[in-house]
Formats: sequence, structure tokens, C-alpha cells
Amino acid sequence: MTDPDAPLQFRRRDGLVVAAAVGVFGVAFGVLAVATGLSAPQAQVMSLLVFTGGSQFAAVGVIDAGGTPLAAVGSAALLAARNGMYGLSLNSILPGGFRRRAVAAQFVIDESAAMASAQKDRTEAQRAFWTTGLGVFVFWNLGTLLGAVGGNAIGDPETFGLDAAFPAGFVALMAPHLRQRPGLVAALVGGLIALVTIPLVPAGVPILLATFAVIPAYVVATRPR
Amino acid sequence: MSWTAILALAAMSYSFKLAGLTVLDHVRVPPSFTLATALIPPALLSALVVVQTFGDGTSLVIDARAAGLVVGCLAVWRRAPFLVVVVLAAGTTALIRAVA
Repeated sequence: MTDPDAPLQFRRRDGLVVAAAVGVFGVAFGVLAVATGLSAPQAQVMSLLVFTGGSQFAAVGVIDAGGTPLAAVGSAALLAARNGMYGLSLNSILPGGFRRRAVAAQFVIDESAAMASAQKDRTEAQRAFWTTGLGVFVFWNLGTLLGAVGGNAIGDPETFGLDAAFPAGFVALMAPHLRQRPGLVAALVGGLIALVTIPLVPAGVPILLATFAVIPAYVVATRPR
Repeated sequence: MSWTAILALAAMSYSFKLAGLTVLDHVRVPPSFTLATALIPPALLSALVVVQTFGDGTSLVIDARAAGLVVGCLAVWRRAPFLVVVVLAAGTTALIRAVA
């Protein structure tokens, strides 16, 4: 067990754990993409340029179900939009001019944003962002290559419970927020919004709607004592 | 899926990412705004956890993932290291699927 009073320190290992787990899903994506009729180069370009796992699975899933390419892009957009919100929160963390941030932008995903937001200061947050973002990028793309060219060598990630590893990992990364009242309110209200809206709106939208949880959390943060 | 659709997807995905990071470049934001944006990750990640654990398309289900999350949360509460949290959650869910 770690020292209870020490803030969560970024360990490069943690970023790589996330990246490796994502890599297994990369294999699954490569397999599914090819099964849906994409060529291996198409699957690879998608993982290199789109680089948002949820959106990629959604787009390929829509095509697989007989949907139009337009519908595929639309579904993917709803899942990709939250990366814009993460970008807003990373604004105060990532320094540099437009060009540097134009490069950083490609690596703004759930995992890198979560890992950065768990750190105690800016330097640690930057390290966490780059290590996780680049690590996930490499493993996601290696996984895609393996799956698209080599087929299903690893097996279904769900057999290993890897789909449960991500939510648990995100809770671990939220822990520093959960120990402070505004962060706790943001998480509780955000989770509740998702729970209520999942049956009502298309995939991806519940997470966008959870942005509204910032309002009560902000009120709690600024309330005079 | 055509190359056009794939490139459209890439452009769409990247523009969201870029917009978030640069939209405020030439705006002087008050400290209160920075405080508010710092609360975005817990709000969105918590929603993501709910979707990843209880979501099945547009329905809600309780399955082996929920057990993994409960064990993972206990590990977080006990301040276990990140790797331990992730392995315990995955192991719990895998075990339940194996016996079910």
C-alpha cells in the first residue's frame, strides 16, 4: 500500500499498463475492421489518424450493421466530441504555442486526459499526458496491425476481463478528485447524468451531457464557508 | 468503407481535439474558468465509467463488469497501486465469466 497522505505520483509504469491494455483492444479492432470489409491499410490509417478507440469501433460497427458511411461518421462524431472537452481541461496544463499543441491534440484521449488530471502539479501532468498518450498511440497501432494482418491471435479481450479494467482504472485516476468535495460532486453528478441518459440518447451523448455536472461542482468549490 | 469516409472521420476526430486545446488561445480566461475546466475530467470520466460498466448499447445491464468495478473501487479505497486496481478488476470479471 502507498502512503495515504502522498498525492498520486505519476509512474511511467502506470501509463504503460494502460497502453498495453489498450493494445489488446487494438487487436480486436483490427480483426473487426477487416471482418467488416476494410483493408488492412485502411484499418491502420484509421488507428493512426482517427486515434479514438470508441469512435473507431462505432464507425466500423455501423458499417458492419449495414449503415451508410455518413451514419458511421455521425456515430463516431458523438463519441469523439468529448475529446474537445478534455482539451479544454488540458489547456492550463499543456504549454507552448499553436504548433506544439497542434501536435499534442492528436494524443488527447480518455486515457491521457485521465492520467494528466490525476497529477498534483503541471510538470507531472505533462509527463503523464505525453507518456500515456504516446504509449497508447503506439500500442493501439501495433495492436491494429497485429489484428488486421495476423487475425485474432490473442483472443477476445473480454475473456480476460479487460473491459472491466478500464472503468476500474479510471476510478483509480479519479481518486485525487474524489477526495475533494468539488471533484466528488462532479463525479457523482456526472455518473448520475450518464445513468439516467444512457437509455434516452445515442452512444457518446451521455458523456457529453455529463459536462453539466461541472456547474454544481463549481458552486460547491466557490461557496463561501 | 471508403477512403473518403476514413479521412472524413480523421478530420472530424482531430478537429474536436484541436478545438478543445486551442479555442481559448487568444482569449483571456478568468481564473474561475480554469477552476471550472479542472472539474471536467472527474465529471466526464465518471460518466465514462458508468457507460463502460453498465452500458449495453442504449440499455443498462448489471453483469460481470459490475463485480469487477466494485472490487476495483474497494482497491482504490484501500489505496492500492494502479496496477493492482486494474488487475483485480479484470481478474474478478474474467473469473465470473469463466464460471458463469
